[in-house]
Parts: sequence; structure tokens; C-alpha cells
Amino acid sequence: MRGSFLLFRIDGLSMLLIIALTTFGWFNIYSTTLDDNSSTELLDLSTYHGKQLFFVLLSLVVITLLSFIDEHVIKRYSSVSYLVGIALLLGLFVFGRTIAGSTSWYDLGPLNFQPSELMKLLTALALAKYLSDTGVTLKTGVHQFYAVLIILVPVLLVLLQPDPGSALVYLALFLVLFREGLPLYYLAAVIFTLLAFSLTLIFGLSSMLITAAVLFLLYFLLRPKKKRPPLFFELLFPLLQFGVIAITPWAFTSVFKQHHRDRFSLWLGLEKDANKLLEIKQSIGYNTYQAEQAIASGRWWGKGFMQGTRTKGNFVPAQHTDYIFSSVGEEWGFVVSALVVLAFVGLLLRLIVLADRQKLAFHRIYGYGVISILFIHFTINVGMVLGMLPTIGIPLPFFSYGGSGLFFFILMCFIFLKIDANRHKTHFN
Amino acid sequence: MSRFLLSFSIILVGVLFIARLVSLQLFFKESTLAESDPAITKEYIYPERGFIYDRDNELLVSNQAAFDIMVIPSAIKALDTLAFLELLDLDLKSFEQRMKRAENYSRRLPSVIVSSLSKERYAALQEKLRRFEGFFIRKKSLRSYHTAASANVLGYISEVSPSELNSGPYYIAGENIGRTGVERQYEDLLRGKKGVRYIQKDRFNREIGSYQDGALDSMATMGKNLQITIDKTLQEYGELLMKGKRGGIVAIEPATGEILSMISGPTYDPSLLVGRKRSKNYTELYYDSLARPTWDRSILAEPSPGSPFKALNALVALQEGIITPSTTFTCYEGFFVYGDKRGCHCGGGVRDLVSGIHHSCNAYFAETFRSYYRNFESTAAGHDRWTAHMKSFGLGEFLGVDLPTGRPGRIPDTDYYDRAYGPNRWVSTFIISNAIGQGEVAATPLQLANMTAAIANKGFFYTPHLLRTVEGQPIADLNPSYAQKRQTTIDSKHFEPVIEGMEKVYTEGTARYLQVKGIRIAGKTGTVENFTRIDGKKTQLTDHSVFVAFAPVEDPQIAVAIYIENGYYGARYAGHIASLMIEKYLKGSISRTDLEERMLSKTLELEYAKPYSGKPFKINEYAW
Repeated sequence: MRGSFLLFRIDGLSMLLIIALTTFGWFNIYSTTLDDNSSTELLDLSTYHGKQLFFVLLSLVVITLLSFIDEHVIKRYSSVSYLVGIALLLGLFVFGRTIAGSTSWYDLGPLNFQPSELMKLLTALALAKYLSDTGVTLKTGVHQFYAVLIILVPVLLVLLQPDPGSALVYLALFLVLFREGLPLYYLAAVIFTLLAFSLTLIFGLSSMLITAAVLFLLYFLLRPKKKRPPLFFELLFPLLQFGVIAITPWAFTSVFKQHHRDRFSLWLGLEKDANKLLEIKQSIGYNTYQAEQAIASGRWWGKGFMQGTRTKGNFVPAQHTDYIFSSVGEEWGFVVSALVVLAFVGLLLRLIVLADRQKLAFHRIYGYGVISILFIHFTINVGMVLGMLPTIGIPLPFFSYGGSGLFFFILMCFIFLKIDANRHKTHFN
Repeated sequence: MSRFLLSFSIILVGVLFIARLVSLQLFFKESTLAESDPAITKEYIYPERGFIYDRDNELLVSNQAAFDIMVIPSAIKALDTLAFLELLDLDLKSFEQRMKRAENYSRRLPSVIVSSLSKERYAALQEKLRRFEGFFIRKKSLRSYHTAASANVLGYISEVSPSELNSGPYYIAGENIGRTGVERQYEDLLRGKKGVRYIQKDRFNREIGSYQDGALDSMATMGKNLQITIDKTLQEYGELLMKGKRGGIVAIEPATGEILSMISGPTYDPSLLVGRKRSKNYTELYYDSLARPTWDRSILAEPSPGSPFKALNALVALQEGIITPSTTFTCYEGFFVYGDKRGCHCGGGVRDLVSGIHHSCNAYFAETFRSYYRNFESTAAGHDRWTAHMKSFGLGEFLGVDLPTGRPGRIPDTDYYDRAYGPNRWVSTFIISNAIGQGEVAATPLQLANMTAAIANKGFFYTPHLLRTVEGQPIADLNPSYAQKRQTTIDSKHFEPVIEGMEKVYTEGTARYLQVKGIRIAGKTGTVENFTRIDGKKTQLTDHSVFVAFAPVEDPQIAVAIYIENGYYGARYAGHIASLMIEKYLKGSISRTDLEERMLSKTLELEYAKPYSGKPFKINEYAW
């Protein structure tokens, strides 16, 4: 133990990266949202940068308080707080405030509170708690079922808000399950399902059915003699794929809404009619298109702080929230953008190192939960802004404007860093 | 494996993102960025549209300034709608409609709210409009006409349509494009090429200077001034004569194929299709479905040519050796087809070629026509040859005139009759009406004028055209095909007797009262039977008056074809106008003031009203 003061024991590299990303993010919010009329007063709550700064300070207060609470207290209350979280999500259907079509917020006077952000933290904790219980192993079906249930209940409730972007984030926790021993062929099944869906949209029903049948036959001719997945899986899996392929055309036209279809059309290049494609690009793809253009115009060194021409004046919508990375690209250029990507990658890898050195399963699994959530936010957000993934609105951790989001990202990381800092403490169970 | 899955995914995502950043930020093409960067404004520099002059360099069309009120919907902050409407004298409904259309087009790009204000209105508005954010004034150029004639030739310009916007990248909303006539045909020459200036703006939308020091900017290229072949004086005079009559006049200079006049009646003042009243006026003209002032009869009407066609049939028969100038046929005040008598107004008696022409003897040409077919093994073989001869005069097909519209007329070929009667199931008597220019043949006034020019030239013509020079450069340099002789299939010696006959039309034939002292004119009258359907019943209307002529015979300078709907016999309206036009062009003044007075005072409106009166009516009434 190096000293008793928490601040000296906490992992320096992670801390530094988080502080750097948050600070840099704040400057970008300042740059993108400041217009002629807004005040430059730092803590003016009528401005975006003021509110954001307030939440940074609030999270500092809360983590200071948290640092006095012992980890095993957190573990003990993780199940209860999960249930409280579920209750908060349910409460939205009665008391929630609807913004932009989603009933995702509680109205707390000057601020709005988004329980799905809190619930990410609580779900990660509950999952860690359940999986670290003695006797629970992901090799058995029942345990697999409960573990999956812990993830899917909030997914369902968030989907009903509806906030599909956030719901997707919870699915990242499946990465934790795989890390903790859920057989990888489940992952293969998920990936194949997504592939089957997309490829059917591109190539059409008949050719995909034929391809699948050929692959299926080839597999049974060439399948390995040893280390095979269970037989039921070998049969169930192809069946599932055939099913997915068969219902894809129907699901695409009947279940999906037009704006979903348009996003897929854009992403997979389904629309052959040049005029219609342009129409989609200008409506659905407008954000992405503008974001790409903004980033591209940054070149090597960017246009300089507050000098971005495209990311100002509302050319790129949601500039300070989901599309904040385009401001980084435009004003700071390639070098800094690449550094930000590297900082995220570095932070995630560092957290993996920290997670792996935990002695207790609960700590390790929680760590993986945090990493998975950060990872999916980072991947989907930046992927979307760079035009590599379809438009799904979720914030970039530490960067995007949005109080609840920032607050819980910091909180989630701090809890894990505190756990890590105290890893040499003796734990009584 | 499970253990490294996450680390591996993280690194993979990082690599992919940086690769994408490299491709976006380091390899994306710069010029496409300027196009789409909302902070870089593209400003067009519009060149002045070229002027149009007549053949004597008299100005026909120039430009005048006008002002559009534009809106950028997304720039509207708080609009005092009431004050705005009052200022622009708009009603709320039409304003809302226009705003909706503007928003549908684009929220960020300018659209026209009020189009083509005059200079005076602009002066009154320009200060007050500043109060309304999101609105501004754009100067534009309108056409200014220095003649009230030639609307059908000059054409007009109007704003590009949405489909034209989509079909090519050159035009943007609110710009003008030539619609018809010369404006349309020579749009590329007249409009020039607009220049572009890229302007960098800061985030408060203030201009901070030229983007990349103007490296991407381009200069505007001036529109070219065109000189057209129209003779302004003759054109205006012809339109004056056409008042109250429907029909077409085309006058050609035989030695060059230049179109001296091209008149369609009724017509309209081209100034009507300029400025704020354009839309209202156009609708009025367009929906006048009886008189059809926007329908250019000089190139679109395809009546039967009537008796002038006899001259061509005579030429074919001469060329094929069927007749000689001295061949005679007897006219029994008509001729017989299977014992059925068809009438003739020439007076009867023995006719040779020259007297057959100047008395317009139906019998003579019917017999000639029959003799012609008898000379061939089959009717079809003879008809193929006949068709070839006719087509060599530019009939039955598009002549290639430099106008965006036109009609080919009709020379019915063997296929045409095979379809109608079946192969080998028709003979010359079936189609004998063609001998006298009735029946299935049809020609536009332009084709008739061209045919006349070919006769005047004794066997060749030049493709009729309207463009004379571009910025002083003759059209022969730009489009050599207009300077190329097109030979007919008839030897020049055969034209002598036909021209002699046509001259006698004036001296002792059907047009003897239309002579002009001091000018030798050769002409041919035509009186064309025509029918319409009234309540589903085929009803004959008063004959069309047709006349072709060229003068002077010894050195033809003008060939003219005139077609007047329901003008009765050829020497009546068409013949009068032909003499007047020829005298006006060759002498510059009118000695036959009696003819002129008659043409200026008479209209055919009563004749045109007959079929729509709902009452029985008489046709071919003699009284003036």
C-alpha cells in the first residue's frame, strides 16, 4: 500500500485520461454552442458550457462523498439499487417528461434527470453481483438465463420509452458475459444473425436462402470431428439463420418504420434510384453528411479553437451532443482527432488491465461492465459521426453535452477506480 | 480467447477510426468541399444575355433590369407578416403558398417570393425591405423588345422548370432559359456562361473575403449578339396585314435560304411575356384554344398545299418525259374518274402546260398525273419515284430550319397507301387529288415557301434558316450545312415553262388583278377545300386561301408562301398579301394602296365564328 490517501492510490493514467477527455470535451461544447448572445460566464446555468461545468462539479462532490463509502457496501446494495432503478424506469411511464418523442426524463426543476443513464451503472453492478455469487457459472442454462434477464429487463423498459440508442448500450453488457465464460458460439449466432439480416436486404431472399443452404451442407460435410458445439446448437443455429433470412423481407417492410428503412437503405446502399438516394441523403443522412464534411475540412491541424465554420451556425445539428466529435475534427484537425481516438483506446485498454488484476470476481466483472459500456458508446458514436455506422443517437462519453450522461460516466469510472485503488484491502465476505 | 476478445475489439475499432480519419481529413478532395461548405457562399456573376438584331442590324431584343424579392426561409427570425404583405401588396394566402413552396425547395437556399419588380417599385422598396430579416432583393435581367412583331420567331425566356433543374447542373432556380424560337434554339450562345465567386464567411455570416484567394473562381462569359435573317420592316408589315386573319406567311431569300419573314396570325406582342404580367398573359394566350396565338402556323400548320402543288407535278412530269411544254389536254370544265365528273374552274378548252398553270386547270394536271403513272410497270413503282421527286423539294420531312419546333408536312409514300388500301390494291385514280395539291399531301407554309424558292432557283435551295451572323461571324462558318446547296431531282431546263406559266398567273391568269407595276412576279394561287367536324358531322368550311410567289422573275430576291385559313380562293387574301409583301420588300413602299387598304380593313373574324355559331352557315361567300 502506497499511502493511505485515496487520491494517491488511484490509477494515475486512467485518471489523467478521464480528466483530459472531460476538459477537452468541455472546450468543444463551449466552442460549438457559444453565439453572439450567450454569456461567457463560466457557471452561467443558462448556457450549455455552464450547465456542463455544473455537472462536472456535481460529480466531483458526489465522488468525494462516495470515496467514504466502502466497496462492499456498494456490493451489498447492488441488487436493491437495481430494483430501485427498475422502479425509476417504470415510474417514467407515469411521471416522465417527453422530449423529442421519448419519455426518458424526470423534470427536476432547472435540470432533467435521465434514469436510463443511472440504470447503466446499476445494471453493471447487479450483473457483477449475480455472476460473482458462489455457484453461479455461465456454463449452465439457468444461470445464463438469469444473467441475460438482468440485462434484458432494462433493455425492454428503455425500448418502450422509446430510446433504442440507450437500449443498445445495455446489450454491450453481453461482452461481459462472454468474458465471464458464456460460450462464444452465442456471439457467433448474434453476428451471423445480423449478417444474415443485412445480406438478405442487399442480395434478396432467394439468393440468400440458396447461399445459406450451400453453407449449411458444406458445414456438415467438413465439420470438425472434435471440439464441436452441442448437436442441438448445430441444428438450432442454421434453423435460426434460415428463419431470419425468411422473415427479413417481411420484417423490413412491415415491422420497420420508413425512417428506419431509410437509414438502412443509406447505410447498405440499398437504394438504386439516384434521386431517391439523394433525397434520403439530404434528409436522414444530412447530419452524417454535414458531419463528414466538417471533419474532412479540418485537414491536418484544424481551423483552430472557435474557428470551425461548419460546426457553427447549426449546420451540423446536435453539434454539442451526439455530433460533438465533428467539432473536434473540424477545429482541431487530424492530429488531435487521432489523439482523442487513441486516448479512448488507451483508457479502455488500461481499464482492462485494471479489471484483470482484481482479485474478486465482483470487482473484475463490474470493471468489465464499465469498459463494455464505455466501449459501445465510443464505437457507435464516433462510428456514426465518421459515417461508418447508421445513425444511432448516443452520446460520446466525457465529451457530449448532457448532465446525466456525463455525471454517470464519471461516477461509473470513479467507482471502479476506487475499487482498484483499494484492491489490496482485505475484504471480508 | 474470451479474455482477449474485448481488447482485440477495442484496438480494431481504434485502428478503423484512425484509418477513416486519415481518408477523410487527409485525402478528401478540396474542391468538393468548397461546394458543400455552408460557410463558403457561391455567388454567380451573370453575363448579359446577347442582343438580337435583324438582317439590317436593327435592334430587336435587348435587356432591361428587373428585381426579384428573394427569401431564405431559415433566415427569417421574427416576421411582421402584416407589414410585409402591405409593403409588397400581397394577400396572405398567396404569400403562405409561396413560402411553402420556398421551404419545400430549400430552407437554406434563396427562393423567389415576388418576381420581376420594375425599377420604380424597387426604388420604393429597397430601404424598407431591410427591416425584414431573411428577405433580400436580387437584380436580374429581363428581355426588352424593340418590335411588337416576331413573337413566334424570337420566342421568349422564362424561369427554369423543376424538371430542367434536375436534368442538368447548369441552371439554378430562378434563372431564365429560352423557351421557344430563337431564344430556345440559340440559348447556349445567347446566355453566355455565368461566372462563379466563392466567398468565405465567418460564423456570424459576415463575408471575410474571397475563398482561397479566388483560386476556384471563374469569369463570366458574355452572351453572344445574334443577327437574324428576319427583315424587321417586312415582318412588321406582314403582321399588320395579318390582323384579323389566321394563317402563316413565310418569305425566303432564294439565293441564300435566309428567312426574311415568318409570320403567324394571330400573334402577340412579345413584350407581353416579360415581367410581372408574364404569367397572366401567357395563360390568356395559351388557353385561347380557338385562335391559338401561341401556335406558330408558319411552321406548324399543315394544310393541303392546293394548286401551287400543280407546279411540282408539272416539273415531275417534264422530268420523266411524260409531257413536254406543248403537250395538250382538253378540259371539259372538269375531268372524269370512272365516269364520275370532277369539276374545274378554268373555263374549259384545250390546255397546254403554260395555260394549264395560269388558269389552274384541274383537268390538265389530273390527266398529266394519270399519264405519269401509266408510264410505270406498277403504280407503286411510279409512286416511289414521285415521292422521291417531291421529297427533293424538302416536302414531307423536317427541313432542318433552326427552330426548336416544326412539322414535317406529308408526302404520302407507297407504304402509306399500302397501309390504307393494301399492297397492289390502289391505282393512280385513287390518289388523283394529289395532282392538284388536295388529298393526302400536306405542307407547312415554310415548306411551300422553300418549294417556291427552289422553283425560283430553277432546281436547288438552301436549308431555310434564321440565324445570319453571330458577333459578325457568318453562320456559314458556324454551321456549314446552311451554306450548302440542296439540289432537287428536276433539271433546271424544265423550270422555264413552269415559271413562264407562273408569271402568266399574274399577267393573264388567276392573279391578274394583283400585278405590281415594275416588278415581274411569278406566282400560283391555291384554293384549298377543308372540313371540320361539328357535332360529329363532317362539315365543309370556306376554302383556305393559299398563294406562292417569287420576284423579280429575272433575279429572284424573295420567295413567299401565304396561307390564310378560310380566306376563300387564292387570289383573295393570300394573293393580296403576297403582292403587298413583295412590293414592300423590293421597293420599300406600296403603290397598290387599294390592295393594302383592303387588307388592313378586312378581317375574317366573322368567317372564323361561323362553325361555333351553332347555326347553319354558308361557305365561300363572294362578297368582300
